[in-house]
Amino acid sequence: MDVEILARVQFAFTIGFHYIYPPLSIGLGLMLVILEGLYLRTGQRIYEMAVRFWIRIFALIFGIGVATGIIMEFEFGTNWATYSKYVGDIFGSALAAEGIFAFALESGFLGILIFGWNRVGPRIHFFSTIMVFLGSMFSAVWIVVANSWQQTPAGYHIVGEGLNARAEITDFWAMVFNPSSVDRILHVWTGAILAGAFLVLSVNAWYLLHRKHVEIARPTFKISLLVVTVFSLLQLFIGDRSAEVVAHYQPAKLAAMEGHFDSSAIADMYILGYVDKKAEKTNGLKIPGGLSFLTYGSFKTPVTGLRAFKPEDRPSQVNSVFQFYHLMVASGVAMIFLSLLGCWLWWRKKLFNYRWLLWVYALSVLLPQIANQAGWFTAEMGRQPWVVYGMLRTSDALSRAVTANQIVFSLILFTIVYIVLFTLFLFLLNRKIQHGPVDYGTKEEIESGQRRDNPLLEHHGVQG
Amino acid sequence: MHHFLGLDYNVWWFLVFGAVISGYAILDGFDLGAGSLHLFLKKESSRRIAMNAIGPIWDGNEVWLVIGGGALFAGFPVAYAAIFSAFYVPFMIFLVGLIFRAVSIEFRSKEPWLWWRKAWDIVYCVASIVISLSLGLMLGNVVEGLPLNGNKEFSGDLLSFFNPFAVMVAITTLALFMMHGAIFLTMKTENRLFVKLHVLANNFIVFFVVSFTITTVYTLLYIPHLGDFFRSRPQYFAIPLLMILAIANIPRQVKVGKYRFAFISSTITISLLLIMVALEVFPYLLYSPQHPENSITIYNAASSIRTMKILLVMALVGTPLVGIYTSFVFWTFKGKVKLDEMSY
Repeated sequence: MDVEILARVQFAFTIGFHYIYPPLSIGLGLMLVILEGLYLRTGQRIYEMAVRFWIRIFALIFGIGVATGIIMEFEFGTNWATYSKYVGDIFGSALAAEGIFAFALESGFLGILIFGWNRVGPRIHFFSTIMVFLGSMFSAVWIVVANSWQQTPAGYHIVGEGLNARAEITDFWAMVFNPSSVDRILHVWTGAILAGAFLVLSVNAWYLLHRKHVEIARPTFKISLLVVTVFSLLQLFIGDRSAEVVAHYQPAKLAAMEGHFDSSAIADMYILGYVDKKAEKTNGLKIPGGLSFLTYGSFKTPVTGLRAFKPEDRPSQVNSVFQFYHLMVASGVAMIFLSLLGCWLWWRKKLFNYRWLLWVYALSVLLPQIANQAGWFTAEMGRQPWVVYGMLRTSDALSRAVTANQIVFSLILFTIVYIVLFTLFLFLLNRKIQHGPVDYGTKEEIESGQRRDNPLLEHHGVQG
Repeated sequence: MHHFLGLDYNVWWFLVFGAVISGYAILDGFDLGAGSLHLFLKKESSRRIAMNAIGPIWDGNEVWLVIGGGALFAGFPVAYAAIFSAFYVPFMIFLVGLIFRAVSIEFRSKEPWLWWRKAWDIVYCVASIVISLSLGLMLGNVVEGLPLNGNKEFSGDLLSFFNPFAVMVAITTLALFMMHGAIFLTMKTENRLFVKLHVLANNFIVFFVVSFTITTVYTLLYIPHLGDFFRSRPQYFAIPLLMILAIANIPRQVKVGKYRFAFISSTITISLLLIMVALEVFPYLLYSPQHPENSITIYNAASSIRTMKILLVMALVGTPLVGIYTSFVFWTFKGKVKLDEMSY
């Protein structure tokens, strides 16, 4: 097979797998801050039990996130050496900043978050929780800055020619605040918070269905319902802003997202559909002029279509971009619907009355995951054939010292490893959820020996 | 030229990168070493304590690898591109080792079953050994140099990585980490486990000294040009001399039970070893023995002056911050390991 396809498949696979975890860490981080804050404020045992339970889940997710994330930092060098030389000046700076300002912060305080409950005072522990959360948010900032620069390059100039050409920074802050970074950071943050909050929501729905830990599950469910409501509605506006940036700076991507070919025609917005690339036509259920309206505020204004671009400058998989984009939007709409429905039932005091609805909430954890993955596939496949938009083609960005066989070897290796990892992750996550929150007892109770039956100590098999 | 305190930015960034790599070797070195000797501990409770000794800090230690990768990518992108595409296969194995090690620490404690824990103990130990060996193998090859073409891309083959010198450096690295890790664990343990680790530390000191001596003799006999720097500048002989004194001090401190001093000595040993490597290769990042004109140096691999400046500002702001919270975390978990309900 072709090195380019293999390298792209490998990147998509490793980043897609990685991207299950960091958004969960960010979202759970916020939930930990909220729950621990409530515990400190109210002193209620249920919040302590909830926060310590979620810290354990957080540790599992964070561990896999780190392990799969380190791969990503080096994959640019192993598979995309020409790209690395071309953009190192800029892209490398953002990655270095991520390491020293964000990742170091979250990893440093992670030890205290997980192991420090009995070692430091409650305030210092709360401080550590906040630092881990902030570290993960900063991490997202630098990574999205680096990626946004690939989408909408700014603050650079090109030095040299041919194989020696490369981009150099002329203005650091213009590079950091390139036209798409702020909107995309907000978009990614919000998606990440939804991932974590929906996990909490769904696990608590499951507890309520099985009448386990009800006294903890009810308040925690309500808290996470509030979080998902706020952020799924916010995402509606933030996502719209992101689309406007795409319309302005990456018209070919926007055209691919809605399968729009003819620049002189008004652009429709599809609810469901299919792009026939050969016939250059899109079929499906549509709102006529919808895309024109979203882009220019008028149903009559034409929007640049794919035919305005040379065939070699168009995204190669238009239908995939279209489908991923619509999958993301549909998941987003479903999240908003579920949140508002929950709030309305809560207001009518019927929130926990319907078992089938609790089942829907228990499965809703998949929605933000689907939306996050589909969103990134839209962003990255829509950027093709460029790795840096308008500057460097993906086909020119490869490592020339690496052969197809080497990539096949590592792809097989990662596939096996990640299948094993994912199976173990689901197994352990399920076990932890089944096990549920634990009442550790108060400090006095533990010290006076009243808690010798501490179920967790037993569970973890402490011996002499 | 662009200078800062008498040195140009490229040299400064080379120093920063070297410091980060040394920080990584010192910090992750002891937890990799603790992992590599894990199967020498037989009892479930001993293994659990040993794992919890590094539990709260290993992740922070690995951050230095991430910072090092970023530092190389940002400061010397040409070297980053050449080194990682050249070491494609060994590096992928290294990365898979990192994944398995990270998850084995996380997964082991999650189930009480003996077979489960034993299986993860093996994964943890093997992964730590594979990581240490592949780090050493890559370091050995970088020190020797790699065949590079006119585009500064690797033009050699995979099997050439397994030459005698690189293999010896790999084994020496493993021995060094095992010694470093065993000494670290003596500081964190009590009673019979502590006694056992004291004995292990002594054995690994012998392992390290023997493999280090063999590697040194081999180098002097067969790769004499690696000693050029020190041969032409006798005043720098102070560095290898200091290192030998530091190595000699390790068994001495272990014998009298001053493990903290022994740990400081092995830390100094790692730093001085890497300083010697840095002096020997400088100003090359990747030397091409067949075609020296294709070599990658800190000048032809570097980012722009502006980026170098930005990076130095980042390092000046970021390093003290990392130092503060790393010390805070180490201080929180100082002393002997105490298991509680949140432990692994």
